[in-house]
Amino acid sequence: MDYTEKVIELFRNPKNVGELEKPSVSVQEGSPACGDIIQLQLKIDENGRIEDVKFKSFGCASNIATASIATEMIKGKHIDEAEKISWAEVTKELGGLPKVKVHCSVLAVDAIKQAIERYKIEKGITKVNAESITKDFILRKLRHVIDPSVGTDIVRLKEVLYVGIEKEGDSVDVLIQMRKQENDELEAHMKEEIREKLEFIPKIRKIEIEFVDHPQLI
Amino acid sequence: MKRIVYMDNAATTRVDDRVVKAMLPYFTEEYGNPSSLHKLGIEAQRAVEKARETIARSIGASPEEIIFTSGATESDNIAIKGYCRKHKSDKKNKIITTKIEHAAVFRSCVHLSREGFNIVYLNVDKEGFIDMEQLKKELDDSVLLVSIIHGNNEIGTIQDIEAIGKLCKEHNVVFHTDATQSYCKVPINVDEENIDMLTMNAHKMHGPKGIGALYIRDGIKIDPLYGGGPHEFRLRPGTHNVPGIVGFAKAVEIESKEMEKTAEYVKKLRDYLVERLLKEIDGCYLNGSSDLSIEKRLPNNANLRFDYIEGESLVFRLSDYGIMTSTGSACSSANLTPSHVLNAIGLPHEKAHGSLRLTLSKYTTKKDVDYAVEKIKKVVEELRELSPLTKKENKEKERRDNGFGLHGKGNRTVSEPQECGGA
Repeated sequence: MDYTEKVIELFRNPKNVGELEKPSVSVQEGSPACGDIIQLQLKIDENGRIEDVKFKSFGCASNIATASIATEMIKGKHIDEAEKISWAEVTKELGGLPKVKVHCSVLAVDAIKQAIERYKIEKGITKVNAESITKDFILRKLRHVIDPSVGTDIVRLKEVLYVGIEKEGDSVDVLIQMRKQENDELEAHMKEEIREKLEFIPKIRKIEIEFVDHPQLI
Repeated sequence: MKRIVYMDNAATTRVDDRVVKAMLPYFTEEYGNPSSLHKLGIEAQRAVEKARETIARSIGASPEEIIFTSGATESDNIAIKGYCRKHKSDKKNKIITTKIEHAAVFRSCVHLSREGFNIVYLNVDKEGFIDMEQLKKELDDSVLLVSIIHGNNEIGTIQDIEAIGKLCKEHNVVFHTDATQSYCKVPINVDEENIDMLTMNAHKMHGPKGIGALYIRDGIKIDPLYGGGPHEFRLRPGTHNVPGIVGFAKAVEIESKEMEKTAEYVKKLRDYLVERLLKEIDGCYLNGSSDLSIEKRLPNNANLRFDYIEGESLVFRLSDYGIMTSTGSACSSANLTPSHVLNAIGLPHEKAHGSLRLTLSKYTTKKDVDYAVEKIKKVVEELRELSPLTKKENKEKERRDNGFGLHGKGNRTVSEPQECGGA
């Protein structure tokens, strides 16, 4: 694999590895099935500035190098600016990446964007009301849940059969019907992952996840 | 210079000095074309024919049954496509192969499937051995060819070639085996094992790259893949790679003479390597045959996997210490899918990603192995510290252990969750 000097150097001596004691927000992106996972934590001060950032990675050299450089790039920046970070910028900073490694390197950028979005929703900076929780909104979140037996997200795999949203005053209940999986273990894993991606969103009162042979018509 | 510990001998090997010495005159002195009529041509032809004899003798064949090729990939293509295209009929169009073949065999079969052949890929068990019952069941009247790998390039598993050959003979089916990794490492006799076509090459056994051979049993007809001159019994046109052929034969001469000694030496080192890694690293497992005997596993092959870490990172970090290895991780391949061999033995993706292949040779020393073990331990630990999976799994384990304690010991108090970052 033909990596640039910079990639190799950052892989040998990665920056910002580890965990924060009291992170403002913590996310995990990817899945062991596709061979890449990033856990990213941000410490954000009251003015919205990123004070500190740490990551952990199960992944290849380019994954670790991208996470190193991307975390360096957002450190000290305001979240409004940090969330604009693009994969192209990061790759340029690294002096380029082999083509087949694009997949592994987008993960770090994804994780940063997800973490900031999550932080903004949790802190009420991004206002979420019952009206903004639509089927599309839920599906966008579910795109980050990966079926570990295939390594692809559950929306693309068409495993999400039905998303129902029921309004109750100013909050909503979400019902998700999923295609039945091979075993209970897999279903439990997916349930946990789905909850992880939705639970933090205010105004969602209840999340119900069912695994069914055929979608029920409600 | 920095220390180099080469443990990627299934990829290619260091050329033996004696082989280089034998080749050199054929670049600058005996550089004739074996097809030429003059003296220099005749000398070159003699060298080629002598080499053909050496290779034939090493597998119990006749010289006319050996053709030289550019390597194992070409040999596999000629054997499979050349034979099947020649003999295809409405009644006979089935090819039986396995799920753990090298890409040269696998892709050749894929090409033929597009031409209307029916390809059956045999399953293997969790150690990589084919299911003989399934083979028996599939051997019906429509079978044209059986192609089953001899010693597997990734996990080292050696199939029971004699039993497969016998079965094919009983059913009157031609049997091809790819012996790229096993040739001159374990004994092969084409008559005793009923092998009809055998793929061999030089660079996995301290010979030069770019030269291989195919054994085709006398009487078996194949279609050549290329158009050209009448070289190699009209089966493989192209000017002979004379230095390569001479080097190949020299390597065969050396390796077949020293086979038993080398196998014993390399196996001892491999067993020691595997034993230490399994004992000294938690969450480390052996892939492939657990029977380490020379009949069941290539003596130089070790393939291991480690929980929580990714293979490419492992290979790169080891490379920094001068240790050359390889992995079945998806990240090492262009299409991001993990090794089909590891998949076939039932490893889920995430486990296949953590695999490491270490392949030794006669040049490996015990010191090399000790050095490699120390560095692998270090790198595995470092990468586990970096991995988000380590902590998660540890926490789950802790939860389970605590749960058990509660039920088992009555009112045991559960302590605060421990910080267990993997350090």
